Amino acid sequence: MSNRVEEVPVTGHNSDGSGGKDDFFPTNPEPSVPKDFSAEELWSFYEQMVFIREFDRRLLRLQRAGRIGTYAPVEGQEACQVGSALAMRQGDFLVPTYRDSGTMMLRGIPITTVLMYWNGRLEGLQIPAGVWVFPLTISIASQLPHAVGIAWAAKLQHKDQVTLVMFGDGATSEGDFHEALNFAGLFQLPVVFFCQNNQYAISVPASRQTATETFAEKAVAYGFAGKRVDGSDVLAVYRAVDDAIAKAARGEGPTLIEALTYRYGAHTTSDDPTKYRTEGELETWRQRDPIDSFAKRLRQWGLWDDAREHRWRVQVEEKLIQAVASMEGAPPARPADLFEHLYAQIPPRLLAQQAALEKEVAQARGVAE
Amino acid sequence: MSQLTLVQAVQDALRCALAADEHIVLLGEDVGRNGGVFRATEGLQEQFGAERVVDTPLSESGILGASVGLAANGMRPVPEIQFLGFIYPGFQQVVAHIARMRWRSQGRYSLPLVVRAPFGGRIRAPEMHSESTETYFIHTPGLTVVVPSNPYDAKGLLLASIESPDPVIFLEPMRIYRAFRTEVPEEYYTLPLGKAAVVKEGKDVTVVAWGTLVRETLEVIRQLEREQGWSIELLDLRTLSPWDEEAVLNSVRKTGRAVVVQESVLQLGLAAEIAARVGEECLLDLEAPVVRVSSWDVPPPLFQLEDWHAPTAQRIENGIGRVMTF
Repeated sequence: MSNRVEEVPVTGHNSDGSGGKDDFFPTNPEPSVPKDFSAEELWSFYEQMVFIREFDRRLLRLQRAGRIGTYAPVEGQEACQVGSALAMRQGDFLVPTYRDSGTMMLRGIPITTVLMYWNGRLEGLQIPAGVWVFPLTISIASQLPHAVGIAWAAKLQHKDQVTLVMFGDGATSEGDFHEALNFAGLFQLPVVFFCQNNQYAISVPASRQTATETFAEKAVAYGFAGKRVDGSDVLAVYRAVDDAIAKAARGEGPTLIEALTYRYGAHTTSDDPTKYRTEGELETWRQRDPIDSFAKRLRQWGLWDDAREHRWRVQVEEKLIQAVASMEGAPPARPADLFEHLYAQIPPRLLAQQAALEKEVAQARGVAE
Repeated sequence: MSQLTLVQAVQDALRCALAADEHIVLLGEDVGRNGGVFRATEGLQEQFGAERVVDTPLSESGILGASVGLAANGMRPVPEIQFLGFIYPGFQQVVAHIARMRWRSQGRYSLPLVVRAPFGGRIRAPEMHSESTETYFIHTPGLTVVVPSNPYDAKGLLLASIESPDPVIFLEPMRIYRAFRTEVPEEYYTLPLGKAAVVKEGKDVTVVAWGTLVRETLEVIRQLEREQGWSIELLDLRTLSPWDEEAVLNSVRKTGRAVVVQESVLQLGLAAEIAARVGEECLLDLEAPVVRVSSWDVPPPLFQLEDWHAPTAQRIENGIGRVMTF
């Protein structure tokens, strides 16, 4: 392996834990309080991970109750979502996928908006002014070239802005991964490629996705550094992203970060992971749970506070209840909205179709009443 | 005023645009130092610098995908796809992202970008260099599709496309890149998108065409008018999506007959949509069924047979004859 890949002591990314993973994931990475964070910051890492987990579990329950549509759960990947979001600076640009609800919310997308999205409402696509988040991408890897263009625009306009784009292990097999990294390396763009290697692209394990030992080393082919981090360790993720952003902001170009993580649940609520994964494998990863392990460290560092933890959970619960109420209390979707925001001005042909739909709706409702 | 070919008019428009707005960047394969394989961007990198006229890697999805990000973050990119037949690796970017970013962000991110691509056949080119596949883009809601038929229109329509707040697919008919010259004003000017041009007024039949075939159809029309004494109206659609229904339907209401001439294959080409709309809106005005004059439903052939694939003068004449003698 080239020395341009930052040193990682392991090879292999087998999802069954083989391939030297134990070396990669030290059991007690930081025995004393880290000096690069205040106690308040360390608590906020914990709290935001708890928030995302509670959000995620709430959405699963809503889906099962038929109160929202298909949802792509994130449980197990909270350290990736929080570490990356909190490392981003004000004005940095996030380009997410469908599994990045956590990062999106931490970057300014309201909880209700995310709920509306998974409930099939156009309002779920709204992005508040001043929030630099792209619409989540469904088509795998197709957002990577967008991040490249966003970063390129920042460079051309001399903006102090770094773009972080998220994707999974499966995305590295798409052509757009190659095309984007090639552009970014060639034009030395301020972009961070953040790969959440959660070990599976639906059912296909990472070991069936590539013949290389890591995903991180693919950066070498594009002329920049790749880095592998423990995606269950929120501080490791934060530091890796923070370094990559600082480097990009200095004009030193892109970084590829591979965060090793695990999706505890299904690909989406329509998927059954018991068909392709074992309970034992899941258990191995749960033992290194990003939230439990961080709680353990907070205790070890003497920062744990039961009352604070309890207060936070109550707050999260209230926020979620309020967001669900707000989603369910929204007025019914307006059919005529279909025609809005497609063009800056609705062309005559679409105005006629909009009027036809409005008439049809009135007729159908007239019949129903 | 100077006499320019269509490709020179494109170049002139790009030069005007680059000079007028510093947010405009051109990017594509061979567009910089080489000035484009058709010389559409010749001299522009020299004049405006390598940051604004960018030679990219050979990477259609990269070019189009990066243009999405550039446009969303404050720039006005004008990517070039070297030939329309090479756009397929970037097709997802066009259909899934360029066409719907405004919609998918509910108005937050508009994409003021223009994808330029030479297209169409009968230039004796190798395979995949002669596609007339405008239908893919017309079929995709959210795109504006523009095809000029002469140098004057090319400059005005391209500048209007670059000014548009929405993404435009600007298809340049290669066969008439250098076929003839027209007067082209030196100053900056735009022509309205979504508006057809009446090339020639007439009373008996409406013929609709665009791009390369406008001029060829006009020649057939002049001959038929001389020989048959018919009065034939010719509309140049100019914008294929959203197309000027009002102009076409009003003309057909007047003439009672319609022929649509297109270089794309027959099945589900724009001619089919125009025929359907005429049927829906003008049935009682019609003296004859709408006739489509088109390429055959086969791939663009190797060049020895391409003249028999695209509409020939004979095929256009037969089409007009069919509606006139119905």
